Amino acid sequence: MLKDLITPQNANVFVGKLGDILEKAIDKPLGYAINWGRIWSLWPVHIETACCSVEFGAASSPRYDVERFGIIEAFGSLRQCDLVVVQGTITRKMAPRLRLVYDQMPEPKYVIAMGACAITGGLYFDSYNVLPGIDGILPVDVYVPGCPPRPETLIQGCMLLQEKIKRMKARKFV
Amino acid sequence: MSSEKETVEKKTEDSKPSSAQAPEKPIPTKKPTPTKTSPKEEVELPAFEKGIADKIIENFGEKTTLTFVKPDRVGIKVTREAIHEVAEFARDVLNYDHVDSVAGVDYPADKEIEVVYHLSSYTDPTLDRQILELATRAQREDDPIPGNDATKLPSLRDIFYSVEFHEREVFEMLGVYFEGHPDNRRLLLPEDWADLPPLRKDFRNKGR
Amino acid sequence: MSTPTLPPGLAIQKADERIMTLNVGPQHPGSGHMRIVVQIDGDYIVACDPDPGYVHRGEEKMAEYRNYVLNIPHLERPVIHDSCNILYPYVLGVEELLGLEITERAKYVRVIAAELNRCVYTMYWLAIYGIFLGHSTMFMWPAGDRELLIDLLEKMTGARVTHSYFIPGGIRNDLPANFEDVCLRQVNYFEKRIKEYADVFYDNPILISRTEKTGVLSREDAIRLGTTGSVLRASGVDYDVRKKEPYDVYDELDFQTNVMKSGDSYARSRIPWLDMMESCRIIRDALQKMPKSGSVRVKLKPNPKGGIDSVYKRIESGRGALGCYIVSDKKPEPYRVKLSVPSFRNLIALPHLLIGEKLGNMPSIYWSLNYWPVEADR
Ligand code: SF4
Repeated sequence: MLKDLITPQNANVFVGKLGDILEKAIDKPLGYAINWGRIWSLWPVHIETACCSVEFGAASSPRYDVERFGIIEAFGSLRQCDLVVVQGTITRKMAPRLRLVYDQMPEPKYVIAMGACAITGGLYFDSYNVLPGIDGILPVDVYVPGCPPRPETLIQGCMLLQEKIKRMKARKFV
Repeated sequence: MSSEKETVEKKTEDSKPSSAQAPEKPIPTKKPTPTKTSPKEEVELPAFEKGIADKIIENFGEKTTLTFVKPDRVGIKVTREAIHEVAEFARDVLNYDHVDSVAGVDYPADKEIEVVYHLSSYTDPTLDRQILELATRAQREDDPIPGNDATKLPSLRDIFYSVEFHEREVFEMLGVYFEGHPDNRRLLLPEDWADLPPLRKDFRNKGR
Repeated sequence: MSTPTLPPGLAIQKADERIMTLNVGPQHPGSGHMRIVVQIDGDYIVACDPDPGYVHRGEEKMAEYRNYVLNIPHLERPVIHDSCNILYPYVLGVEELLGLEITERAKYVRVIAAELNRCVYTMYWLAIYGIFLGHSTMFMWPAGDRELLIDLLEKMTGARVTHSYFIPGGIRNDLPANFEDVCLRQVNYFEKRIKEYADVFYDNPILISRTEKTGVLSREDAIRLGTTGSVLRASGVDYDVRKKEPYDVYDELDFQTNVMKSGDSYARSRIPWLDMMESCRIIRDALQKMPKSGSVRVKLKPNPKGGIDSVYKRIESGRGALGCYIVSDKKPEPYRVKLSVPSFRNLIALPHLLIGEKLGNMPSIYWSLNYWPVEADR
């Protein structure tokens, strides 16, 4: 009987296992639904790092309107967000702050590197204060090239991210 | 950082001879080259600008030298000791009331760092177009310890309040410590910056 | 107990029971790319220490490695939505160093591009100001209307925001066919649109009650602190570089400057809006007076060199007087380029305005300074 199996000694172990069992049970049937929910409610963090933020702002303007695609305007608090759009150059002063912001966000979280600067350092490849890309500090999901990327490009990047989320295993983050 | 410093030192040696002839501050308009200013202009321009320059030179004599007079621009070089008095004179007598920009320029060949103040005026309508460049030079050290070496200048903050952030910037970018500035803190660079001040000529960007 | 010796400029702070220290930014919807350290007593700000530098990219150092023309793309990056204006003093300075004389038509096209760009910048600034005040309509309207002018600039230059349009010796390419008509139509429509902002924003009693008499900068202080642009003109000093030291063809065009006396956040937010209407006037006037044909650029030698010389040029940008100091030393690269940017000059006013204000007024006062952090850090 189940009752006999659980003793005070192994209760901890059992509870730990329970998570695994639940994950396995949920992943197949519910994974699609969970991911579907995540896709249409991506909340970007409001962290502007350089000039690409102008085009990020333009992307939520009436003409481009990323909200159609389930990307909400960046007004939310850090604890509700699940998307970091790194908007351009990361300087040596900003890098620790960016990592701190990323660490404080709850799982699951995704990163879009927007602009040449965030990908490789771009125009500032020889500057003394700019990191050569953010791969060293954050795990990047989607790269959006351009200097600055047009809002259309950013929207396409977001759609690629959604495509990627669709194929992810939901289990990892339950 | 350390590997960067090595390359820095190597490169400075070959860069020195070329910059040796460079910095000698010129006197363009006193002896204008024919391509730059036509002789007609030369007759017309100085009137007002020369008046300003003459006033300063008359008052301070030896301590100041005229570098150039161009239309709307007067450049004057002041010794380190006199910069405070000259700035005070410019404010009280000549009616310049604020500083547009403070630029530091490094001249490693002369072992000096030049700090250029661009003064202009909002209140005096006759000075609307004018910019007065006061340049002064501080001693430069090859091994700078910003704040604790001989690279020092008197601060102009008590005369022109507007230099406050500009001087902080010059301090961190070139290591010129401004004596009398109440708040000589770091402004733009990261908190852990431990290299040479970046705008010095012997600081080289990576790969250059 | 001995106190540890600290490097110059550092101090140990004692904890206080009444005073609380808040770090606003760099991740904060009301800060942009900078940090403002404020100390508050209850709801009132007692001390403020702005901490810029999060976007310091070393532009001035980079400029020493590139020649006069290659410097153009990265020098416009500090304000990509005002990129014509930030290049303007640099280009004027290089022209003086190299002794170039540009054609009449190029001058007019430059003025048109600069004024369009000023509107694009101001609209973005206004949109963010709307967000800071929690006024969503004021984000949507300007952000949408500015696309109209971006389209125009895209026709002229080929890029949405980073134009690299001004080059030493004129402009990069001539206007496209039929540009004058399209421009006139768009600008007229644009002017009609921005007049409507009065109803929803500038005459809105809620906005007025939130911004009037907050963050008052007196005339004397504005001069003493060396502020510039809309901040200065909102405090009653009539100083606009376009009028006082006209560059290119501004002395032939018909416009006026806007001055307000009160010096509060409301005045500072209203001046850029009034300036946009003047910009529309300038554009219409310039379109009329512009020579209808002619070359727009003089040929440059490859790797041009300046003599041993220095220039200081300034222009009026969307934020205020923007100066550029170039030292050349007979090499293709400049010896030193210094941008004296209005955002950096206006920053000094922030501690003065914030002390004594309520914390809730901080975003509106901060953004009314017409401050763009990327430009201030360079
Ligand atoms: S990619 Fe271009 S626009 Fe974006 S931050 Fe870098 S320089 Fe600015």
